[in-house]
Amino acid sequence: MAATATSTNQAIDAAIGGGGSRGRNGNGFRKNGGGHGDGGGFQYSPARYRVAIWVAIASIVMLFTALTSAYIVRMASADDWTPLRMPKVLWLSTAVILISSVTIEISKRSLKQQRNSRYGLWLTLTAVLGVVFVGSQYAAWRNLAGQGVYMATNPHSSFFYLFTAVHGLHVLGGLLALAYLLVRTRKKRDSVAGELRRVGAAEAASVYWHFLDGLWICLFLLLFFWK
Amino acid sequence: MAEAATHGEVHRHPAPTSFIRKYIFSIDHKVIGIQYILLALTAVIIGMLMSVLMRMNLSWPGTNWPILGTLFPTGAPGGVMSGEFYLSLVTMHGTMMVFFVLTTAPQGGFGNYFLPIQIGADDMAFPVLNMLSFWVTFVGFIVLVLAIFAEGNATVGGWFTSLGASWSGGSGTVGPIGGWTGYPPLSALGKVAGPGQGAGVNLWIISIAIFCVGSLLGALNFITTLLNMRTRGMSLMRMPLTCWSWFTTAILALLSFPVLLGGGILLLLDRIAGTSFFIPGGLYVSGAAVPLHTGGSPLLWQHLFWFFGHPEVYIAILPGMGATSHILSTFARKPIFGYRAMVFAIFAIGMLGFFVWGHHMFMSGMSPYSAVAFSILTLSIGVPSAIKTFNWLGTLWGAKIRFTTPMLFAIGFVSLFVAGGITGLVLGQTSLDFFFHDTYFVTAHFHLVMGVASIFGMFAATYFWFPKMFGRMMHEGLGKFHFWITFIGVYAIFIPFHAMGMLGMPRRYSNFGEYEFLKNSHGLVLFVTVAAIITVTVQLVFYFNFIWSIFKGKVANDNPWEATTLEWTIPSPPPHDNFAGVMPTVYHGPYEFSVPGAPNDYIMQTEPEGAVVSAGLGETSGNGGNGHKH
Repeated sequence: MAATATSTNQAIDAAIGGGGSRGRNGNGFRKNGGGHGDGGGFQYSPARYRVAIWVAIASIVMLFTALTSAYIVRMASADDWTPLRMPKVLWLSTAVILISSVTIEISKRSLKQQRNSRYGLWLTLTAVLGVVFVGSQYAAWRNLAGQGVYMATNPHSSFFYLFTAVHGLHVLGGLLALAYLLVRTRKKRDSVAGELRRVGAAEAASVYWHFLDGLWICLFLLLFFWK
Repeated sequence: MAEAATHGEVHRHPAPTSFIRKYIFSIDHKVIGIQYILLALTAVIIGMLMSVLMRMNLSWPGTNWPILGTLFPTGAPGGVMSGEFYLSLVTMHGTMMVFFVLTTAPQGGFGNYFLPIQIGADDMAFPVLNMLSFWVTFVGFIVLVLAIFAEGNATVGGWFTSLGASWSGGSGTVGPIGGWTGYPPLSALGKVAGPGQGAGVNLWIISIAIFCVGSLLGALNFITTLLNMRTRGMSLMRMPLTCWSWFTTAILALLSFPVLLGGGILLLLDRIAGTSFFIPGGLYVSGAAVPLHTGGSPLLWQHLFWFFGHPEVYIAILPGMGATSHILSTFARKPIFGYRAMVFAIFAIGMLGFFVWGHHMFMSGMSPYSAVAFSILTLSIGVPSAIKTFNWLGTLWGAKIRFTTPMLFAIGFVSLFVAGGITGLVLGQTSLDFFFHDTYFVTAHFHLVMGVASIFGMFAATYFWFPKMFGRMMHEGLGKFHFWITFIGVYAIFIPFHAMGMLGMPRRYSNFGEYEFLKNSHGLVLFVTVAAIITVTVQLVFYFNFIWSIFKGKVANDNPWEATTLEWTIPSPPPHDNFAGVMPTVYHGPYEFSVPGAPNDYIMQTEPEGAVVSAGLGETSGNGGNGHKH
């Protein structure tokens, strides 16, 4: 009996386009949490990329919070802490990743204005800057190795290699996302949903990229300016 | 705006046809859920066998078990378990159970299967990511099994020896010996720390790190799905309590697993890259100096580990609480007592869980002021826990209870949660913990509350949702037999543990025979062993029932329990895209049972409002206060 009522209801809702149920929510608790409100079928909602990227960022923040607290505890736990001499090339890294934040913002806005070739151009530039950043970090490693400073040399160098490596891995993940978006600019777009998905993904990638930028600034300050 | 642009576009995903896409690398959340459940059912066999071996060694130390001698010629020479062999059993039992049973089945298994259906979605938000999270977890499981053989088998151990000094294997244990908490410095030193500290520990850390990644991908998916994919009318306060518990669990996993991952990376670097995060200087182990390490802090690991470790126990039990609430309400034929209080309590338990990790470290020499702060926060978890317990009792109060197997297990969950939780109030006090720390009292506490209670939650969930998952009912008679023996059995095992703890019997010792003050407790030890063997054997009935019912069980209709939530509106088993492309609309709270004036004693969430309004009961709901005016 319940099953019949359900299917009838769905048929009616599908016919009138649903929507009307928006106002009716459980016990008047905060707005209608659920659903997309229209049509009888499932739709794709681009908001999921935005939600997901912030959730992912929360977990990455926890990873770096754990490592940072380890850094601070370890700094005070014994008198074997020898601060590194900062490789100058890190200034280049920092400048490059800051600029790349600007370029990805320009590319995202271009996409929103539907200027597709401009979007592709600035996206490519961002990816190039990302690669330069990774190269520059690697140069810093080479520089330290040249001074005879390795992972196990002292606690500060351990943390330096660790932080740059874990951050670098996340940057490589970001580069993969940019590469995916670049491939998507070439692909023919056939549906509205597909296009929305692309915009959603581009927005998420730009949020992530800004996060990587901010994260590096924090790590840079922590590693060389935290007293 | 963007959402409106997709108006009218209906996505129906065709079901995959090839065997591999359908059953192995499936992106269907239902298949992935079952994969997680099967993984847990496999891991739990390994974990149970190890606990039986531990009991056998404690009751009859020095006995020759020929089969062990054949399987592990170096670990159990002549079939006699060594002390290290016993410790590695402790470690692997804990790791298998905590990670691959208590974390996979409740969340990855039942959560994956039923969260999308209960909120009216056609799948998870990111189906491919969902598939990845299972297979990453599976790789973690394989690596952990490899750790057993890397230490226990000289040939497998030999594969790793060439990787470096810390990779020596084949030391004759069945994995690391540091317990599931893997405290440094011993876990960070490698071979010098003794048998079982070589390749096994590296593989153990890598396995857990892989597991962390898999869980994080899963948590990301759960949170996004729940926030983004609820169907029309499914407001947050109309979600079944199961969804709330899976959501809270996902948040806990999202924020705690990265911390364990970070700690694991540091520990692995200490072992293989020569760093000194956790290894202090001037260390002497087994009479030999440990050179090249200075200044590390072993306590740092404890902080990182327990910052994860405490939320982890809630990751294990919260889904059980959700399932219990759901099932109690269904079979009591009453709305859950205080829906809204239940939601806030579950969230409060989850969030408080992040601020109490220090209670695992009362004996670490921490400042008494911090200890008091941790103690007060720990005891305050008793408040939301009591809210939940009293609400469960309130749900049962005066109800015409249907004593089905899932209901029995749900009631068993409440009993075990109270029995195990009450000792948390004892251990959470610094002065009492001084005495009980590292005794069987602690073992009793966490086995009852996070181990057995969570498992009872999962048994309840299995018996309850089996008809939906496989289209057939599990055998009730066998189920009840399984329940009663297991219920009595686990109490027979763990109540004596409290007594042992009060006698001062320490955890993790492989042999009590040498201690004068424990001489008289041998009868107790023996009793527990017999109870454990009986309880473990009875689980075979469950496995038999599970497999037999898939093929021969009584055919189930769409809604065999007369329950109200969305999964019971669709066929058993559900089609590939759950709702056949038609989005359900929700008009009611999740627990509208025995509504006065309604034609049935339950109102489906999808029942149009008109039917109820005409009876003058439009405001009736299973939610919170107004569900109980009647």
